[in-house]
Amino acid sequence: MRAFTYQRASSAAEAAKVVYNNREAKFLAGGTNLIDLMKIEVETPTHLVDVNGLGLDEIAPTEEGGLRIGALVTNTACAADERVRRDYGVLTRAIVAGASGQLRNKATTGGNLLQRTRCPYFYDTNQACNKRKPGSGCAAIGGASRQLGIIGVSDKCIATYPGDMAVALRVLDAVVETVKPDGTTRAIPIAEFHRLWGDTPEIETALEPGEFITAVVLPKPLGGKHLYHKVRDRRSYAFALVSVAAVIQPDGTGRVAIGGIAPKPWRVESADAALPDVAAAARALTAGASPTEENKFKIALVERTLAGVMAEARS
Amino acid sequence: MADFEAFKVSRRGVLAGGTVSVAATSVPVVRARAAAQPATPTVPVSLKVNGKEHKLMLDTRTTLLDALREHIKLTGTKKGCDHGQCGACTVIVNGTRINSCLSFAVMHEGDEVTTIEGLGTPDNLHPMQAAFVKHDGYQCGYCTPGQICSAVSVLEEIRKGVPSHVTDDLEGPMKPTNMEMRERMSGNICRCGAYSNIAEAMAEVAGEKA
Amino acid sequence: MKFDSPAQTNPIDQLKIVGKPTPRIDGPLKTTGTAPYAYERHNVVPGQAYGYVLGAGIAKGRIKAMNIAHAQQAPGVIGVLNTLDFEPAPLGSQNTANLFGGAEIQHYHQAIAMVVAETFEQARAAAHMIIVEYEREHGNFDLAKLAPDAPLVKGGNGEPSVDSYGDFESAYAAAPVKLDATYTTPDETHAMMEPHATIAAWDGDKVTVWMSHQMIQWGKVALAKALGVPQENVRIDSPFIGGGFGGKLFIRADVVVAALAARKFQRPVKVTLQRPLIINNTTHRPATIQRIQLGAGKDGKLTAISHESTSGNLPGGGPEGAVNQTQLFYAGANRRTALRIAELDLPEGNAMRAPGEAPGLMALEIAMDELAEKLSMDPVELRIVNDTQVDPMNPDRPFSYRDLVGCLRRGAEAFGWDKRNPKPAANRKGRWLIGHGMAAGFRNNVLRKSGARVRLGSDGVLIVETDMTDIGTGSYTIIAQTAAETMGLPLNRVRVELGDSSYPVSAGSGGQWGAVNSTAGTYAACVKLREKVATALGLSGDDITFANGKVASGDTSFALSDAAKNGEIVAEDSIEYAEVNESHQQSTFVAHFVEVAVDAYTGETYLKRMLAACSAGRILNPISARSQVIGAMTMGAGAALSEELAVDKRFGFFVNHDLAGYEVPVHVDIPHQEVIFLDETDPWSSPMKAKGVGELGLCGVGAAIANAVYNATGVRIRDYPLTLDKYLDRLPKV
Repeated sequence: MRAFTYQRASSAAEAAKVVYNNREAKFLAGGTNLIDLMKIEVETPTHLVDVNGLGLDEIAPTEEGGLRIGALVTNTACAADERVRRDYGVLTRAIVAGASGQLRNKATTGGNLLQRTRCPYFYDTNQACNKRKPGSGCAAIGGASRQLGIIGVSDKCIATYPGDMAVALRVLDAVVETVKPDGTTRAIPIAEFHRLWGDTPEIETALEPGEFITAVVLPKPLGGKHLYHKVRDRRSYAFALVSVAAVIQPDGTGRVAIGGIAPKPWRVESADAALPDVAAAARALTAGASPTEENKFKIALVERTLAGVMAEARS
Repeated sequence: MADFEAFKVSRRGVLAGGTVSVAATSVPVVRARAAAQPATPTVPVSLKVNGKEHKLMLDTRTTLLDALREHIKLTGTKKGCDHGQCGACTVIVNGTRINSCLSFAVMHEGDEVTTIEGLGTPDNLHPMQAAFVKHDGYQCGYCTPGQICSAVSVLEEIRKGVPSHVTDDLEGPMKPTNMEMRERMSGNICRCGAYSNIAEAMAEVAGEKA
Repeated sequence: MKFDSPAQTNPIDQLKIVGKPTPRIDGPLKTTGTAPYAYERHNVVPGQAYGYVLGAGIAKGRIKAMNIAHAQQAPGVIGVLNTLDFEPAPLGSQNTANLFGGAEIQHYHQAIAMVVAETFEQARAAAHMIIVEYEREHGNFDLAKLAPDAPLVKGGNGEPSVDSYGDFESAYAAAPVKLDATYTTPDETHAMMEPHATIAAWDGDKVTVWMSHQMIQWGKVALAKALGVPQENVRIDSPFIGGGFGGKLFIRADVVVAALAARKFQRPVKVTLQRPLIINNTTHRPATIQRIQLGAGKDGKLTAISHESTSGNLPGGGPEGAVNQTQLFYAGANRRTALRIAELDLPEGNAMRAPGEAPGLMALEIAMDELAEKLSMDPVELRIVNDTQVDPMNPDRPFSYRDLVGCLRRGAEAFGWDKRNPKPAANRKGRWLIGHGMAAGFRNNVLRKSGARVRLGSDGVLIVETDMTDIGTGSYTIIAQTAAETMGLPLNRVRVELGDSSYPVSAGSGGQWGAVNSTAGTYAACVKLREKVATALGLSGDDITFANGKVASGDTSFALSDAAKNGEIVAEDSIEYAEVNESHQQSTFVAHFVEVAVDAYTGETYLKRMLAACSAGRILNPISARSQVIGAMTMGAGAALSEELAVDKRFGFFVNHDLAGYEVPVHVDIPHQEVIFLDETDPWSSPMKAKGVGELGLCGVGAAIANAVYNATGVRIRDYPLTLDKYLDRLPKV
């Protein structure tokens, strides 16, 4: 880990400005992903701006009937919030399917959105990785790719976005609120927040340099059944092979998003429209997939997991 | 040359950037920065650990785990992976369990930290420690402090109504069932495989049958 | 003490303390964080500097150049230990891969440098500043590709060897019922929770290492050789070990670089292998490809058994002995077993808990399940009809004690096996496909010389000293129980000191031989102490008893401590075995029963119940013995369902080299586990009449799970681990 200087931010705008002005600076919130990556020098900031004291740890109702979740609300606090449990069960279920109790106690709402891929080649600095070192190549292509992406990937990078929370946020059509270094704010729909890798897998989100997440806003509740099924090789404390977040209405229509297969939570309008037809929805969700030999099973797994979720919704 | 075929298959991705190349050529693996670093930045940090104030001067890179183990010399908290993948470093900070390996000490200015040493001593065991001894909820003992810090916290989290992955009714009351405890303890790996016994130790403390 | 004939009645048979469920005496230390492990021994020597190891970035080739200038100039750096400045350290007899020194790279993450600095943070940062230029060479990394041409392993006579008995080919050709199937097991890693760690300090030409090690004497010999110093100049201290499972049987790079650096920089140095380095830097259980052919009569009796296994290793490394148990486990007049080995350039393959049997039985016991199905026979019954009480390849040689049939019957009864539906894929509850499976297991009992020293103080406290280790096995407690029983003391009057090479050499911890041999050695020392005590108290005759802290003969009775009132009495002895293991085959046996639920939609497999019934001689401490068995069952569950080192066959390394990528079982994966120990003794083993159980629980459990998954789904998977991608397309349509 490189040596770094440390400061506690006094305001979100100030934090954004500091990080904007120093390209080697990073925000530090829960730290559960950043510190992990700093130890192996995948992340090499020389200055950290600790944003934990900014007070963005409240969950408050919005005028539109939704909830505004402060960026520093921990995963545990968000999942345990009575309103979230009651009206946004898919979010609670997605959060508690991720990581471990200890990590969720530390990880934050904003930080979780920025969680970086778990591709093992990204983690191993001896290996070529376009995301870690643009232009160096992708050792994962042709390598151990069982966990990696099948859709929305590119010939530069086949990593996935590894998180769970964002998959639920995607079905909920959440909005990410930010402040920019110039003090202006903006609202980014979750659909546009994570980018496909394309030729620049090192650019993972729509955030601009220094732009700082202040909150995630949930629109008013959708009703329906809220389900999250995460398929993994062990039953807990593991990243998804495939996960399905769904909000399903009594008539079987609804919304569905898939985790573990793409650079972002994968939601396709035509798949939602096809519900409750599982096969059609799954076809829409995996259309254009370009899996490897090792991870092509994920195509069938998407359909089967979705079928299980729909069966549970009916029960 | 049995593997050469596989090597070629990989070229599409790997050779794109040209840093890693085929057999028997020279491969510089550059893993260095250009020049030596300036002197190590240090910061004052005060922690209240097991009720006792500690004023430390620390390299900013010092994790809470290493502050405890290497500076305060409280070595009960263990380093199993240093990457949040095992749970051996679990401590209780301001009443909440966290992985102390994934937190810088400087982030904990003024925090109250409870480690395994703060729960009980060999002559005066905490009820959870005593239950672990009784039910043989450990073998090599290395993950044990983290397991116990988690176990104590898990029962508290259930009491507070924090939901888990196996909670059926998100709005109903939480109970310390066998499945609830097992799921919530899953961030603490025990390679010796004492899980079944730990569940029984926790059930005894929780007053429920495993 | 020589042990050359079956044990007669002896003080252990009192069973006042031995055999009683006894909470571990080291429990209060372990549960309060006060048991000291290697890296955290701040108090043993002042001025400890921190080391951080750099691993090679290629799998095979040479280092052309290493630039350590930036690292050397980095803040806090004391120095850099550079592999190019050293000849390869001479290897111990049980090591294959070079541990440190020289330009040649034999495997990925081989230790090539270590930065020593004032703090951990400084050492780690500087290690990342080292620039290495490699000359990469072609390597072989694909076992499946090399397997068809892999040569037979050479036997004792140096010739390629097949072990055969009878005429397998003819008997197999003639068998009315046949099975011929190939099974694979992946590379696995020990993943013990405590990383390999060492503190090394020199005093003149003598070095002390505080490390985490299973076999103190082996370590001492190997380290002395690596450092080029006489053995008597090396001291190892390893009182607490955070798990080993075979990964700490032989010295690894941590102790070599710590000792070399401590010598070079004249500072005590502490180092722990960082977790992402361990998997490729140290050893692993090698993958296997196993072909099994079974021929049986319609009555289920095996007439022909063949088991051939191919594994890989670095040049000079040994095979995974996956066919060992097949020579002894089941009756059958015609048999052949063989091992093949391919030279791979992956990291070193070496012992991991139940080496040989663990992967071997994962295959053999699926094969038996498949055969039972072909025979329309209950798989428990198939194993019962094929029981043998003699070494099948040497029928004049009986088993010392073998009650596999008892394990099968007791286990089946306790599990409710008779209620299982033998028809596959016929038991569905909602979305869950329920399945039941069983398998038998086998592991030898190994006898090794083991010594101890006992000291009786004037305060009446007895101290046992031996270089035996406790790697979670419960050695502290069973040794204390043994000494207390033999000397007639309460348990709390016995103190046990382990893991120090200045103590008498013990059997050490490995191969499930630790418990029986180390307690027998303790017993031997205590018997000698009893004689010295009697002499000191002026007692003679055959009626001397040691009980309740007293020594009595006739009407005379003394407090045991009276014997030492003029000074400590010390006795030292070893247990040494004669031919007992050659005349009689000593083994341990288990029957595993498992219930699984497989998600009909996703193929996720959950364990619902696990039960093991064990035949392992006298159980010295039912609490810790049970823990050993459930722990091994847990490791077996991982091997069956999720554990696999993913090999990058182009670049030659294990890709998922941390605890997030390599998925061992977590709490929620493991249900309540039941263990039954058959009530038995084996007088051929030792005066303790006990045998090992530490690895037995792992033997066969993976196959029991695989067989349960087959029973649940109707899909037979022969490639471990049974991850859902291997059978998703064969599950019921959704």
